[in-house]
Amino acid sequence: MEQILGNLSLLFEFPVVNLKIVVDGVMIGALFALAAYGLALVWGVMNVKNLAQGDFVIAGGYVAWWLSGKGMPPLLGVPVAFVVLWGIGWVIYKLVISRVIERDLFTSLLATFGLAIMIAQILNLLFGSDTQSIQLEYDTLYFFDGFVDVPIAKLLGVLMAAVLATCVIIFMKRSRMGQAIRATAQDARAARVLGIDTEKVYAFTFSLNSAICGAAGAIIVMVWVIQPFYGISYSIRAFVIVTAAGLGNLPGVISAGLGIGVLEQYGAHIFGIGYQQAVAVMLLLLVLLVRLLQQRRVRQSLQ
Amino acid sequence: MNARKALLYIIVLAATLAAPFLFPDFRTQLATLWLMIIVALTWDMTGGQMGYNSLGNIFFYGTGMYVAAVIAIGIVYDVGEYTDAAGGGRFEFTDAQYFSGMMLGIIGAGLFCALVAVVIGYLTFGLRGPYFAIGTLGVAIAAGELVSNWDWVGGGQGIALPVYPGDFDTGKLYFYYLFAATGVILFVFLKWLYTTRFGAAINAIRDDEGKAEAMGVHTMRYKLTTWAMAAFFVGVVGGISAFQLIHFEPLETAYQTINLGIFMVVCVLLGGKGTLWGPIVGAVLFHVFKEVTWNYLLGWQWVALGALIVVTVVYFQDGIMGWLIHRKPEWFGIRVEQKNLAVGADE
Amino acid sequence: MTTIIDIHEVSKSFGGVVANEEVSLSVEKGGITGLIGPNGSGKTTLFNSIVGYHPIDHGSIRFEGEEISTLPVQKIARLGLLRTFQQTRIYGAMNCVENMLISMPHRKMSFFDAFGRNGIEDYERADALLDFVGLYEKRFLRSGSLSFGQQKLLEFAMALMNEPTALLLDEPTAGINPTLINGLIDRLKRANTDFGITLFIIEHNMRVIMNMADKIYCLAHGKLLAEGTPEQIQNDQRVVDAYLGAH
Repeated sequence: MEQILGNLSLLFEFPVVNLKIVVDGVMIGALFALAAYGLALVWGVMNVKNLAQGDFVIAGGYVAWWLSGKGMPPLLGVPVAFVVLWGIGWVIYKLVISRVIERDLFTSLLATFGLAIMIAQILNLLFGSDTQSIQLEYDTLYFFDGFVDVPIAKLLGVLMAAVLATCVIIFMKRSRMGQAIRATAQDARAARVLGIDTEKVYAFTFSLNSAICGAAGAIIVMVWVIQPFYGISYSIRAFVIVTAAGLGNLPGVISAGLGIGVLEQYGAHIFGIGYQQAVAVMLLLLVLLVRLLQQRRVRQSLQ
Repeated sequence: MNARKALLYIIVLAATLAAPFLFPDFRTQLATLWLMIIVALTWDMTGGQMGYNSLGNIFFYGTGMYVAAVIAIGIVYDVGEYTDAAGGGRFEFTDAQYFSGMMLGIIGAGLFCALVAVVIGYLTFGLRGPYFAIGTLGVAIAAGELVSNWDWVGGGQGIALPVYPGDFDTGKLYFYYLFAATGVILFVFLKWLYTTRFGAAINAIRDDEGKAEAMGVHTMRYKLTTWAMAAFFVGVVGGISAFQLIHFEPLETAYQTINLGIFMVVCVLLGGKGTLWGPIVGAVLFHVFKEVTWNYLLGWQWVALGALIVVTVVYFQDGIMGWLIHRKPEWFGIRVEQKNLAVGADE
Repeated sequence: MTTIIDIHEVSKSFGGVVANEEVSLSVEKGGITGLIGPNGSGKTTLFNSIVGYHPIDHGSIRFEGEEISTLPVQKIARLGLLRTFQQTRIYGAMNCVENMLISMPHRKMSFFDAFGRNGIEDYERADALLDFVGLYEKRFLRSGSLSFGQQKLLEFAMALMNEPTALLLDEPTAGINPTLINGLIDRLKRANTDFGITLFIIEHNMRVIMNMADKIYCLAHGKLLAEGTPEQIQNDQRVVDAYLGAH
């Protein structure tokens, strides 16, 4: 307990520590937001709640890590992971997801949960259960007498995430496929009647989502660490963000993502690093509770 | 009940009683089979019968373990001191203390879990569908994380309980009968419950909760009661498991969301949601599958498990019982019956 | 003639859209009251408000003298005020008899009664009501496999099983084969005269509602436009305009 109070008082004595926490939180939060965007995409278009989201991210990280071990420049890992995970996502869609789309919601949840377990275990068998990361020989920028450190690698990571996100958003707004996706999201039956091949749209959307996750993972392996069983945490965080922000609320997803990143960092600082998972899950429960109470006021339930 | 059915039940009961003697090398596996049956049946209570698919029932299992352990230890020693010593021999239990502690612990575990279920039920039952599933999963994960940071109950090391006082094989027999007894009681209870108005009410909640509300059904009452009853039984088997396993850890054993937590769901899906025998059939099949793959698919057993989940969910959504109902509806009372009232035909 | 449902200046908006604006009307006990109006005039919203599906923004709703606008759906249903749905809702996985049995009045069931089994009188009542709507022969079929019209009849029978004092019916003849409508009208009337249930009906089929109702209210654009007996409504130019969209 004294430990916690000590950590808290540190925040007040040295305000600059807050800045460090916020900066760290924002940088990781940007990647959470990316994963959440993909989750919201698949959810909105196909009504599939993908519990394997985090495992796609970690898989992407391993693709990049493994290739960099073979001599590929790390930054190239991002587009490569994007493409590889696109393929994997497409295969998974055809084999599994396409058969659970029309079913009830628990079915898709459980199917993706099964996939999550499979992916995590396969990664564990292939790469072992140690944490991995790619070391980049970039400098670190120091601010405020060295209290706030911003490794250039992390900054690059956030930049790449932002570029990817921007590309995807422009694609959704301008391209034909983007329009088709949005039409299908609004009303699949109407889209079909008007000649849109919804099957193609679904396959594309799911593959796009796993590609986004893969790229995010490739960025994460450069700036943080990955481990086969970290997937579920990312899935939970993505879910928290989407629940808090709601579908179709892009600024909300971004701010919620950054917010979670910051809150987790605060949690780790105040309570200790062992509590990081717990903080993520508590945030989930908190967000659900808040939405629940909001719904209760209009006598609805959360579904 | 007709004579043929009664005979079948007697045979099953006899097999249950005789099994550990017929297969003395498999006593632990048989006990685990009963554990699976119990957690499958209880999952089906809220899931298949009532429509609230929880991914966090394992929360009650873990909590049951801890409550039983704390009670059993606490009536003799100071719990904090005991967990600090981490099983370092100073703490002896007499036979009387062992057994009385176990019994009190197990009952206490069940009751505590039932109570907790009612409390969190008020909150979680506003969540439906996937939110309920993820919310319950979140509760289970959070509990595991928080408990592993709580030193009073042993933190990340968990708790080491006293060993069964007596011969090792007899101990296995003893635990088998504890699980089996709980399983038989649960089965009989559910067999009766599903014929009452209560059973019909929870089915109505599953089929269309909004309609049930609009017809004046006390939905909250039924939901909380079902949840509490399921929690009770899961808490009880958690308590028994604590003594059977002797040593348990918070994340790996007690709140094992990825292992037993998901097994219970797969068993029910495999066997058939919403039927009485479905979870049992599914548990048996799954247990056999697991034992076989664990022995022969070293390293790949988890992948096989994940694949089983996916295949079951995608291809066998209604499970074995569902397939049976589809093939032979007459066995289950679905038919068109001619009118036999004196009044002439209408419409 | 007493007023059983008293609606006073009820308003309800969803976001920026005003669904009901200061609607006041009263339903007489024991009679049949109709609610008509073009699509989008706020009829179903009003029904939803009455049965407690959502809170209202302003106004009061009294049932048998008691204020119910703050009560949730279950409580209102247990007071004896039921509704049927536009998209018929039944328990698809159960058979018809089971649907009926679960529709017994729950206000009469204590917590411990739930652990009992349904008695022979319950089955007989269910059978009688299923026969009343003509579903006796199909009573052991899975209700989800019935035709749309049959499901509507089942929903109606379930409502009767619940022994309501008043029943709100949302477009009871919608989607029913015209040759079967007479049978339905007949049953609705008998429910009113034989069982004494007050009916409040939303209808688009003018022939049906003019035939049945003692009094009719007409909504348009969320507001009460006109009220009166069927003859008065039929001759009211404002009502004609509302339906034909005069300028």
